[in-house]
Amino acid sequence: MDKMPKWADVILTPLISLVLAMAISALVILAIGESPWEAMKTMVQGALGSSYGWGFTLYYATNFIFTGLAVMVAYHASLFNIGGEGQAAMGGLGVALALLYIPLPHWALALPVAMVGAAILGAAWAFIPAILQAKRGSHIVITTIMFNFIAAAALNYVLVRLLRPVGSMDPASARFPEATNLPSLSDAFASIGIEWGRNTPANVTFFIALLACLLVWLLIWRTRMGYEIRALGKSEPGAVYAGISPVRITVIAMLISGGLAGMMAINNVMGEAERLVLNAVEGAGFIGIAVALMGRNHPFGVLLAALLFGFLYQGGGELALWTSIPRELIIVIQALVILFTGALDNMVRMPLERLFLRLRRKEVAE
Amino acid sequence: MSFMKTLLAGSALTVLSSAAALADPALIFDLGGKFDKSFNEAAYVGAQRWVEETGGSYRELEMQSEAQREQALRRLAETGSNPIVMTGFAFGDVLTKVSPDYPDTKFVIIDMVVDAPNVQSVVFTEEQGSYLAGVMAAMSSDSGKAGFIGGMDIPLIHKFHCGFAQGFKATQPEGEVFLNFTGTTPAAWNDPVKGGELARAQISQGADVIYAAAGGTGIGVLQAAADEGVLSVGVDSNQNALHPGQVLTSMVKRVDNAVFDAFTAGADVEAGIKVMDLSAGGVDVAIDDSNAELVDAEMQAAIDEAKAGIASGEIEVHDYMTDNSCPAS
Repeated sequence: MDKMPKWADVILTPLISLVLAMAISALVILAIGESPWEAMKTMVQGALGSSYGWGFTLYYATNFIFTGLAVMVAYHASLFNIGGEGQAAMGGLGVALALLYIPLPHWALALPVAMVGAAILGAAWAFIPAILQAKRGSHIVITTIMFNFIAAAALNYVLVRLLRPVGSMDPASARFPEATNLPSLSDAFASIGIEWGRNTPANVTFFIALLACLLVWLLIWRTRMGYEIRALGKSEPGAVYAGISPVRITVIAMLISGGLAGMMAINNVMGEAERLVLNAVEGAGFIGIAVALMGRNHPFGVLLAALLFGFLYQGGGELALWTSIPRELIIVIQALVILFTGALDNMVRMPLERLFLRLRRKEVAE
Repeated sequence: MSFMKTLLAGSALTVLSSAAALADPALIFDLGGKFDKSFNEAAYVGAQRWVEETGGSYRELEMQSEAQREQALRRLAETGSNPIVMTGFAFGDVLTKVSPDYPDTKFVIIDMVVDAPNVQSVVFTEEQGSYLAGVMAAMSSDSGKAGFIGGMDIPLIHKFHCGFAQGFKATQPEGEVFLNFTGTTPAAWNDPVKGGELARAQISQGADVIYAAAGGTGIGVLQAAADEGVLSVGVDSNQNALHPGQVLTSMVKRVDNAVFDAFTAGADVEAGIKVMDLSAGGVDVAIDDSNAELVDAEMQAAIDEAKAGIASGEIEVHDYMTDNSCPAS
């Protein structure tokens, strides 16, 4: 029997954790002699107070949805993929190669091609750790994180030696052809006559991210493949007994995971920068871990958590840009949110469970 | 009545401060952060000098992410900052996009050329300053081997390396210059421990002068060189005094002057390309009390000769950026 109603489990618990994290953040801000109220106001206004802020929040959230889903899919197979950073970087390379070397006349055509490019390279980058784990038992945590560094080095080489236009100082590829630039959300809104979020990087990739959430939900809970992934994640001997090949499922789960992480590049490389820069992923791969954990490894939870981190990212950026609060503090606030919602989850959950049990007992008694 | 007075005084103050803000310059630091002991910090020093001399005020921003670059530029331009100075080539692409939208605002970009009517592009001839450092290194090297430690494998750092190698080989044609990079992620600019390890590796190969162009990583290189009793060459700011008598010289890049000049010129800053070369004092090798005993008359003469040669065009220091290759390596 459930100890407490579903809504309390999914919404109330994270909310209380969040409030606790905010309260401690406020104390920290107070301790360095700034006003927590002002800080909070700057964050909320900067991230959610205008269509401009939303444009950035949704842009960051889109990144985190992809990397969060990537971690989530692997997690259901009991694989901890912390290589989202490298997989997303290689996905960026896939996007760049597709857009620079295949002449595509329109973005609607370029989008699926770039998605395939991003997914293939992201998946390829996850494939080697996956096969090492499946066949040799090399631990996926170690191999995926090491592959992040290899990806950084490979990308550096490719950008500096191969893709960089001669004479350019910037280690970045040439701009993608104009025709392949994705419409931003503000363009989309402008076409129906609404002015929204001018000059913000949010683009149509957001809808693809929403679609990806739905597809991942279908995959994990409504297909045989998803069942096999979950079965392997719950118990490997059990899965083997049921005739599921751990090698096959391990590799497939990691390929899907890497492909999702790679698809993030549609948002940041194709949608925002419109060229491949060296530092394109910017830690989104690691934030994906927190997003997946906080979202309780459910696509809808990932979506909500990604929005929250999008808010923290954009609000935190505003805070550092326009107040004298040092940027290190933003990391403290983000870390506190992760700590409370991820690691200290039971601290809130257990008292809540007791509370609901007592309430229920009272009901029964009456 | 008194309430009214305060209200009026208050609004008068607001008007005043907004008028002041209108003319304020702004400075944007790149992702490395303000206090990187190197490039960004040099810009900060220039801005501080301007504050001390004029008593003015300026706005400053530190970038947190790539997507914020455009946001920061637009916000500053919209709130009336003028001129807006930014450090680092990474702003180039964004500035090309943003500058036409604010024709009345002047932008200054350091280390990159952006061709627009309201942009001043400040570029330094790092290869010339590094050439001089190479000449000095070759004259003080007994083994004929020198080391170069760069931060990341990016074109800008190759420019430093190429100038250094050319200067070294111009004096010691049979000489050798080792090249190592600290890393492949931005963390490479702030990894003194690894810098020290690389310096030791180069020393064990016989290098007896080591040039570091690696931001905060260079501190570790200089330290390791001092510990092992070989000479080192600092970069960007004058780092001679870090280990007096053990730092041969520093290839100074006067980013501070570029920022100071831009702030002083204010909204009248001239558009176009501003080349801060050797003759303009944009780059130089620092010689002061800390390294005076390392620089004998012969070496000083060689430096002067090289400087004159570069100024007259007799010595042409190849710029790596023009064709992505270096004749001296």
